[in-house]
Amino acid sequence: MDLSVRIGSLTLKNPLLAASGCFGYGVEYADVVDLSSLGGVVSKGLFLAEREGHPAPRIVETPAGMLNAIGLQGIGVRRFVDEKLPELRARKATVVVNVCGTTLDEYVEVSRILSDADGVDAIELNISCPNIKEGGIQFGCSLAGTFDVVSAVRNVTRLPVIPKLTPNVTDVASFARAAEDGGADAVSLVNTFLAMVIDVETRRPKISNIVGGLSGPAIRPIAVRMVYECRQTVKIPIIGMGGIADARDALEFMIAGATAVQVGTANFVDPFIWSKLLAGMREYMERHNIARIADLVGTIDTGHTVAERSGV
Amino acid sequence: MPIDVAADVIANQPLSADYNVLALAAPAIAAASAPGQFVMIKANAPALNDPLLRRPFSVFEILRGADGTRTGISILSKRIGVSTQLLYDARPGQRMACLGPLGRPFTIVEPPTEAWIVAGGVGLAPFATLAEHLRARGVHSTLFYGARRAADLFYLDFFRALDVELVLTTEDGSAGERGRVVAPLDRRLSSRSPTAPVMIYACGPERMLAATAQTAMKYGRPCQVSVERIMGCGLGGCYSCVVPMRGDDGGAHHVRSCLAGPVLAGDQILWD
Repeated sequence: MDLSVRIGSLTLKNPLLAASGCFGYGVEYADVVDLSSLGGVVSKGLFLAEREGHPAPRIVETPAGMLNAIGLQGIGVRRFVDEKLPELRARKATVVVNVCGTTLDEYVEVSRILSDADGVDAIELNISCPNIKEGGIQFGCSLAGTFDVVSAVRNVTRLPVIPKLTPNVTDVASFARAAEDGGADAVSLVNTFLAMVIDVETRRPKISNIVGGLSGPAIRPIAVRMVYECRQTVKIPIIGMGGIADARDALEFMIAGATAVQVGTANFVDPFIWSKLLAGMREYMERHNIARIADLVGTIDTGHTVAERSGV
Repeated sequence: MPIDVAADVIANQPLSADYNVLALAAPAIAAASAPGQFVMIKANAPALNDPLLRRPFSVFEILRGADGTRTGISILSKRIGVSTQLLYDARPGQRMACLGPLGRPFTIVEPPTEAWIVAGGVGLAPFATLAEHLRARGVHSTLFYGARRAADLFYLDFFRALDVELVLTTEDGSAGERGRVVAPLDRRLSSRSPTAPVMIYACGPERMLAATAQTAMKYGRPCQVSVERIMGCGLGGCYSCVVPMRGDDGGAHHVRSCLAGPVLAGDQILWD
């Protein structure tokens, strides 16, 4: 049974990655999870400099989901390379670093530093964080901006470049196309949906940033649809995410067209989820006689709806 | 290393219309827990989405079998939302995912240092196990315990049995001194010889914690506070539970209370 998938020049041993912002720098989970058993670990977003992020409260639970506005608190790329990367390397983790920037030059500089470091396997470009004014989203919400960031970073690195797309646009697929045109090796989607929660007794927003990003099972059907739309539009691999909580959810994204998937919020609920997800995928492959999980990607059958088939 | 246990509810004792003590069978967590550490509990079945996330609770008691082996833990819970409602209504035999022990525990003093424990409301939660450990070391302990009313003061006999001196306050004056718990703490500190060592331990509402930490600083006494924050994961993954603290560089930094805490140095927290 072959669980490996390819993202550009990078081969992942399985399609499961820990999503950025949901897994610290990976080292936090080293005692709980065998990091080398994951397809990859996507780090928390990194700028050049350290950032303190927003004040608490930073999250609030919502129906089948949660809202967050952490504000990209982070230790900066240099401290990451010095303090976190060696342990990730020692643990044999496949490391994808989530790169942030307030300017085009910052994306380029952070990417250059990571390209020179030992142990980085790919770069995920964060052009989609909904929670900070000066970070990335102005690139991620403009087709030209997306193209410019991707091509600028493309020019300074041989690592796979994977822009992470926001769902807070009218047509995500056109952004996937802009990323592909800019030279991206893959795209990952979706980042969180901009949302808000208000306490009606106090009339105050429930998180300090007023608005935040919605994640969790609540967003999954929308995310699956967006992956499906992008699959129709671009040839490069798609890394799908949004509310994956079990193996069936992961398989759903792959059938819609995702080559790999990321799991975020569900890891908060169950940090031991990874072996369960892998076991569930293996069980499915056995039952469906699938030797290579890569063969499942994009195999959605849109010829008939379920209702037509069952004669309902 | 934290363990995730599908823990059976052994007992659920209501203490009032809002408070309950939930006993969970979790020998491995009980065996590894130190005073001040916490667990992350999912109050409904793991696959259910509402509520979605686990909630953090201090380990209240370490439960022991007849032969003294650790069999489980209890938590002290106050009904304030959907998860704590489920915990209040839980029945013996129900199972709950319980992850722990997590976080940095209290530093436990030795005689002749005295332990002055300051608890407000549900902030009593981390102090049952702490009081046991202090007793085992022969440390003289005093519990300054404040609540809204007499009916909200719990487990007094438990602490008395550990020879803990009780100083009680209630907001309505129905038991102990009327007012806030920091007032008797301040008086005691002001009359204590500066050369007689005291460690202050505090847990409770944020304003009480701030007042306690500031009172401790006023008299130059060390103070360990157990903070409560909205937490996503308990393992350092989500960065939700941060507390603003003064760093070694003198600057303000957001520190994850799940990893660096929940027990933090009161004089390093930047209280508003």
